[in-house]
Amino acid sequence: MKQMMMKTTATAALCLAAGGALAQEVTLTIESWRSEDQAIWDDTLIPAFEESHPDINLDFQPTAPTEYNAALNARLEGGTAGDLITCRSFDGSLPLYDRGQLADISDLEGLSNFPDFAKAAWSTDDGQNTFCVPMASVIHGFIYNADAFEELGLEEPGTVEEFFEVLEAIQEDGTYIPLAMGSADQWEAATMAYTNIGPTYWKGEEGRQALIDGDAAFTDEEFVAPYEQMARWTDYMGSAYQAQSYSDSQNLFTLGRAAIYPAGSWEITGFTDQAFFEMGAFPPPVAAEGDTCYISDHTDIGIGMNANTDHPEAARAFLEWVASAEFAELYTNALPGFFSLSNAEFEVDNPLAQEFISFREECESTVRVASQILSRGEPNTWNTMWVNSANVLNDSMTPEEATADLQQGLSSWYEPQQD
Amino acid sequence: MTEIVSEASGHSKTKRRRRKTGGISHIVVFLAPAVLIYSIFSIYPLIESLRLSLFDGQSDGSSVWIGLGNYDRLLFDANWAVRFWNALWNNLILFFIHMIVQNPLGLLLAALLSLAPRFGGTYRTLIFVPTLLSVVIVGFVWELILSPLWGVAEGLMSGVGLGWLYAPWLGLESSALTAVSLISVWQYVGIPMMLIYAALLSVPDELLDAARVDGLSGWAIFWKVKLPLILPTLGIVAILTYIGNFTSAFDLIYSIQGVLGPPDYSTDIMGTLMFRTFFGQQTQIGDIYMGATVASMMFFIILIGVTIYLVGVQRRLTRYEM
Amino acid sequence: MSTVDTTRARRGRMGRIGTAAGVHAVLLGYTLIAIFPVLIVVMNSFKNRRGIFTEPLALPGPETFSAEGYATVLTEGNFLLYYGNSLIVTVVSLFLILLLGAMAAHALSEYRFKLNALLSIYMILGIMVPIRLGTVAILQLMVDLNLVNTLISLILVYTAQGLPIAVFILTEFMRTLSRDIKDCARVDGLSEYRIFFEVVVPLIRPVLATVAVFSMIPIWNDLWFPLILASSDATKTVTLGVQQFIGQYTVNWSAVLASLSIAILPVLVLYAIFSRQLISGITAGAVKG
Repeated sequence: MKQMMMKTTATAALCLAAGGALAQEVTLTIESWRSEDQAIWDDTLIPAFEESHPDINLDFQPTAPTEYNAALNARLEGGTAGDLITCRSFDGSLPLYDRGQLADISDLEGLSNFPDFAKAAWSTDDGQNTFCVPMASVIHGFIYNADAFEELGLEEPGTVEEFFEVLEAIQEDGTYIPLAMGSADQWEAATMAYTNIGPTYWKGEEGRQALIDGDAAFTDEEFVAPYEQMARWTDYMGSAYQAQSYSDSQNLFTLGRAAIYPAGSWEITGFTDQAFFEMGAFPPPVAAEGDTCYISDHTDIGIGMNANTDHPEAARAFLEWVASAEFAELYTNALPGFFSLSNAEFEVDNPLAQEFISFREECESTVRVASQILSRGEPNTWNTMWVNSANVLNDSMTPEEATADLQQGLSSWYEPQQD
Repeated sequence: MTEIVSEASGHSKTKRRRRKTGGISHIVVFLAPAVLIYSIFSIYPLIESLRLSLFDGQSDGSSVWIGLGNYDRLLFDANWAVRFWNALWNNLILFFIHMIVQNPLGLLLAALLSLAPRFGGTYRTLIFVPTLLSVVIVGFVWELILSPLWGVAEGLMSGVGLGWLYAPWLGLESSALTAVSLISVWQYVGIPMMLIYAALLSVPDELLDAARVDGLSGWAIFWKVKLPLILPTLGIVAILTYIGNFTSAFDLIYSIQGVLGPPDYSTDIMGTLMFRTFFGQQTQIGDIYMGATVASMMFFIILIGVTIYLVGVQRRLTRYEM
Repeated sequence: MSTVDTTRARRGRMGRIGTAAGVHAVLLGYTLIAIFPVLIVVMNSFKNRRGIFTEPLALPGPETFSAEGYATVLTEGNFLLYYGNSLIVTVVSLFLILLLGAMAAHALSEYRFKLNALLSIYMILGIMVPIRLGTVAILQLMVDLNLVNTLISLILVYTAQGLPIAVFILTEFMRTLSRDIKDCARVDGLSEYRIFFEVVVPLIRPVLATVAVFSMIPIWNDLWFPLILASSDATKTVTLGVQQFIGQYTVNWSAVLASLSIAILPVLVLYAIFSRQLISGITAGAVKG
């Protein structure tokens, strides 16, 4: 017993000594839904940061995307959430700020490195307060199997009709499934299909703003038309696509069994690893030759500070670093497909990522139509869009029904849409 | 039952006489740890949830008392009601499928096992294996097997000439709930099987011999002697199935279909509705007050079912047993 | 039992052979359905990605064999630690559920006191309600107790979650125990505590095994509370580890299947240990009518 006591005292003394020496050292925990990025944080980003900030340790603690919101919410309520919180954009994070769970970081110097549209995704509606540093946006488009295209003598389609001609040609040849797309995971139908091809019809920001102002309705032609195109897609999707999950689609494409993959740029990293063939990418086809093209260039991921963190200084130091050009370049090249929103100039190495980023020059950018303001009420417009987009693919709703339902839900609580 | 009670009361009288000085300290010692842990970590949090259902949140994070307002919204606001009734209906279908597939299948397997065939122990052990698996595993495996891409189900069915019957069941509105229910049956049939098996084994041999002397066939013995005797067990199985539909069914649907119960809410049950409301998802921020309201409704629905069972069914079963 | 059966069988007619064949056909058929998915996972975990997709039903051959999945799991995942955590949480929770549950059941079935009936109902209430409904309050409680990211928090929740069904089953069973033996012990002057530990516990051992199996399954397989209460790397359980591993390697199916196989194995071993006890326990529990 006595011996044990002495041991404890000794340990305590040791701890005290260590505490004195390392008094400045803090560890910050990062909450994220990007569990795929664990290795990139551990091997690239964290060492780079710790090199310049030896007194701050980082611990990247991701939660699976499907559980992220629930788990983060519970931890915030319970006061156990990490110091740094990866933020979903717009209304995915705004309530956290309103509740005082995310800190106001408007005075962060690094924020001046970002254009206003990027900051808007993580600011209050009046733009006065910003609560997350923009990290990256994801660009939508189509990735295709270039070897297959060459084999069949096909070219990147520019217009919708060319797109369907290409699909038809692949279908006729029979070697490949034309489109790697399923409707089992409803978000795939919403983000990779509807809000991917939709901006071309509703003219990107113009249409989105019109919905917010109440000048347009989902039942208008430009919001129905993308669903009509999607309904035509189903002829070219794999048999039994209704049960095809997101990872099924990924595998179908990377195993070389499907020719075209309606994509988000975040796929680039995985596809570059897995696919054994050449890949190319094209933006959503336009209605007629010469029309302006629009892309979904969605401000997707930011990072903010837990308002109740014990180490606000260290957390701010980290956020400043995230806002720096160094991080922008490191991150974009470690994760080709997540495009930094920073004004900093840098080179992107991955050829496929270069193609996606080149869309920004040819096309007008917009964010997902339901992500800002329109999904603030119940029923949640973005959720309904998931369900209805899958329904259109499943042929259980017509494009008119899908949009009428969206409009009915939105107008039930959103004032500008009520007159 | 009455016999036991009377025995207990008679016994306690003698005990009281015998142990005048004993006091109740040992009763407290026996009960306190269990009651404390259970009250603090189970009952208190649940009461807290029930309490929350009477409040509504403000945007600054505080809350105000609104009485039954949340219940009014859940049951009568068009947007909420459609989800609530749909989820409840799906739960009842789920229960129904379990009652007509899982429990009869459990009964059949138990009846066959009670004949004590060779390798009976091995069958019993292996059939119970799925029950032990995590839903993470079960969900993943069945999604793979039924997946059109992997083609296991399609390949197997073509092998026996039934390839044309294959459909992407999990993705079709008409079949998704049935498919999920059957996966659940696959996973949990071991439990009714074990319980019924045990009950069958406990049927006294004298009764069976008497029946045989009366000239009853094996089939008739099963229906006329064994089955009535195990009815109380079947009752317990039924009520456990009912409760399980509201508690553990969530895990499976969540891991196979996700939180929105696709396609088009056809596999949305009370559990997924509660989870979605409580914790939110993507752009939808969780609403703990409405979530607690859904949770409380679940509690009441379970309570109603259990009460019906206790008052209506069990009484009759017990009488039968006598 | 089996001797009775054999005599019964001898009494049977020739048709019995046909019946026996039928019995085996049904049981064997269903057994295959029960274990087929498990076999698929384990089999394919030893294949490379192409092999998994092109011939999911084939055994791993020279072309398709690959242990790369296991290599990834063992180098990337910290599964040994996760196993340790799961094992500690499961075993300690089970021990507490059985000990405290048996003590409470003993008090409820043995002694007559004012609150007995009320307490019995109170303890059983928990069977009906998923404890998950109280997550937020539980988390706040754990924060106040400074137990977040500790295995103790999981143990406490699982104990609370497992107690109702344990108390229910054990009380039902203990009511059927003969009183004479306990009364004899009392006459011999044994204290109430010794009666419990030395007389009652040995008698209920088979039922304890049953309760152990039924309580073990939800604890070992739980995903929710590890996620909320103890998601740090040092306290992660196997189920959570596997789930996150799947998230991290969505397209590396060899690794995913290997991690699933690894998660299945220990449950099967534990079950094999308990299974003999299980059936005798259930049987003993049921012999009361």
